[in-house]
Amino acid sequence: MDFHRPETLKDAPTHYCPGCGHGIVHRLVAEVIDELGIRQRTIGTAPVGCAVLLYDYFNCDIIECAHGRPPAVATGIKRMLPDRILFTYQGDGDLAAIGTAETIHAANRGENITVIFVNNAIYGMTGGQMAPTTMIGQWSTTTPDGRGQYAEGGPIKVCEMLSALDGVCYLERVSVSSPKDVMNARKAIKKAFENQIAEKGFSLVEVLSMCPTDWKLPPEKAMDFVNEKMKKVFPLGVYKDRSGGRHE
Amino acid sequence: MAEKVLLKGNELLVEAAIEAGCRFFAGYPITPQNEVPETMSWRMPQAGGVFIQAESEIAAINMLFGASAAGARCMTSSSSPGISLKQEGISYITAAELPCLIVNMQRGGPGLGNIRAAQGDYFQAVKGGGHGDYRLIVLVPGTLPELYQLTMNAFDYADFYRNPVLILGDGILGQMAEPVELTPYEPILDLPPKDYVLDGCKGRPPRVVKTLYLHPTDSLVQHNLHLQEKYARIRRELNLYEEYETEDAELIVSAYGVPGRIAKGAVKMARREGIRAGLIRPLCVWPFPAAPFRKAAQTAGRFLVVEMSFGQYVEDVKLAIECRRPVAFLGKGGGWYPSQEEILEEIRRLSSKAQDPASVKGSV
Amino acid sequence: MNSPSETKIIIAGFGGQGIVLVGNLIARGALMEGKNVTGMVAYGAEMRGGTAYATVVVSDEEIACPFVEHPDAAIVLNRPSLEKFEPSVLSGGLVLANTSLVKRDLQRSDVSLIQVAATEIARELGNLKVANMVALGAFIQHAKLLRADSIERAIGDLFSAKNPKFLPLNLAALKAGMERSRFVGPAVGGRRS
Repeated sequence: MDFHRPETLKDAPTHYCPGCGHGIVHRLVAEVIDELGIRQRTIGTAPVGCAVLLYDYFNCDIIECAHGRPPAVATGIKRMLPDRILFTYQGDGDLAAIGTAETIHAANRGENITVIFVNNAIYGMTGGQMAPTTMIGQWSTTTPDGRGQYAEGGPIKVCEMLSALDGVCYLERVSVSSPKDVMNARKAIKKAFENQIAEKGFSLVEVLSMCPTDWKLPPEKAMDFVNEKMKKVFPLGVYKDRSGGRHE
Repeated sequence: MAEKVLLKGNELLVEAAIEAGCRFFAGYPITPQNEVPETMSWRMPQAGGVFIQAESEIAAINMLFGASAAGARCMTSSSSPGISLKQEGISYITAAELPCLIVNMQRGGPGLGNIRAAQGDYFQAVKGGGHGDYRLIVLVPGTLPELYQLTMNAFDYADFYRNPVLILGDGILGQMAEPVELTPYEPILDLPPKDYVLDGCKGRPPRVVKTLYLHPTDSLVQHNLHLQEKYARIRRELNLYEEYETEDAELIVSAYGVPGRIAKGAVKMARREGIRAGLIRPLCVWPFPAAPFRKAAQTAGRFLVVEMSFGQYVEDVKLAIECRRPVAFLGKGGGWYPSQEEILEEIRRLSSKAQDPASVKGSV
Repeated sequence: MNSPSETKIIIAGFGGQGIVLVGNLIARGALMEGKNVTGMVAYGAEMRGGTAYATVVVSDEEIACPFVEHPDAAIVLNRPSLEKFEPSVLSGGLVLANTSLVKRDLQRSDVSLIQVAATEIARELGNLKVANMVALGAFIQHAKLLRADSIERAIGDLFSAKNPKFLPLNLAALKAGMERSRFVGPAVGGRRS
């Protein structure tokens, strides 16, 4: 364990709430970029959502995109600069609601980028509305009686959905709700970047993460919520791995 | 003089873009501009550039956002309904001050409309379209030689001012063929270095391309003031138009794009009949070339605007002359094309009125 | 009336008859003679369901209007095209009819007619696809708009680049059209001279 600040993170306090998972995921991404020695050729994209200000925290080139568009923006940069490393960092609304088309088609084209998808089953920035990944029965400010299958539809399972696409190289769902989960998440994120360096195509790591504020739970209960509720709906594991060879 | 080639406007556009160093195209098929992505799909790889058929117009414009941030000369093209979809991205690109070229070969609207040529997107192009206080440089070629030259110049304007440029054409301009000499690209401006490019922070501090200005509370005001200063500078520096027989004209006819060339033909016919008609045909409608209109308003008694819409461009003509002269209007949207004869008929009607001082008072 | 130095042409038939190629060749021929020219092809939904058409404007002056509502000449390769475009031809203008497929006389008495059995002649030459070139030959022969050698050069340029083995056949078709067509002036007293 290294407790120094990674070079890829700026020396700046974040705006994240106590117990939020974004700080952990930021740190894991930054550590991996440090470890792979790619900070000076990495360009990250900031989403719309709680992580919009990540350009204040990451010590590398960052482009802040319109809501849901990071995979398209990253496509534009990567195609012009194929030897640079591109990562998108997106929440559930950004990636699986307003940006569903951009996500699916970047994946289907096998764009050689790394997607970090933070799923906390709620809209954080706007104050706790339903996300595409909000679970059946889960309360949100726009599902005051709990999300219903018949009116709102069930949670979208991104890894399962994308696993059907031939262009995809690597899909894994991890969590940051326990120390062991954090270590697994770091491995998955590292693999997703390594795949890009080796030009293996589209890699996505879905990270189950906590939102104590909008779940109306204290931080430690929020981790329980991930472990006991979310992992049942969103099972952890590798959903696709073709990193053994070049993607077709 | 080099040999002239005969290409459709949509194909010529591709040649001009590639000649000017455009190396990234993303777009989505829509009639009447399908020849643009079709030609790009094989010409771009030949030129060592990137062609992407995007999943949507929204994705296409956002791919440009990325490609431009990566330093590329880049473009997208579409027709009216597709341009509506791109408005989100256009607002962001303008806010981030990234250069790119957007082409709209307009068709009939509103809604899905039809595929005939029209000019119903003028307001969208010059008054906004996306959200926020922003401006696009809007070029309006009326002939294919102009389309070729202005497309190459557009990349210079975009890079020089760090602002998107829109070529506002129409279905006829895209579909018609006309001989053009493919002259080599020559920069028309002294272009600044691209010190905003995101290519990894090797040997320099990290850069951020963003459009969010949350803190401090007045930072967005400051950013907007900076943009407004830039727009004021563009207004001072960019003035593109053709004047024809305006010196002694009693009646000024004005139109842009393909109707502009048709109006010129009508003015020639009127001159042959001894009617003192003249023409102002802008090649850029933002910034609007107000000067020739103001000058003409000192001597000409009337104006006639011809437009393939129910009256959008005409408002800018009235603003340019501050409504000091009556401005008649001939136009319809939805796929109506003006003929020289129709315009001539209107010129005749107005010029006979022009000789009757009593009729000059009220604006049409 | 169109400007005296300007000629507007519509070429129409069904899809596959090579309408666009005829328009293209007329435009290229005019370009070789140093004339101004514009061309357009009906696109999208207009192409579907029967008549395809292309338009060409040839002029000694700057061309104002690139599209054609009232042509000086209509080259019609099938009957539906005649129905569609005969009424729009300018008085004193010209209709070229492929008499193999257009079996009726003109309804207009104020226009000239060029008759050529383009499809039959093409069949004799061994390839129905060159009916368009036969019609083009007839048009060049009688319309007196462009020189035959300009069109021959235009055909040569186009086919040498893309399909050299079909060049002789196309030139033969052009020649056959020039030789085996008939010009009929405007009808006088209801009867064509």
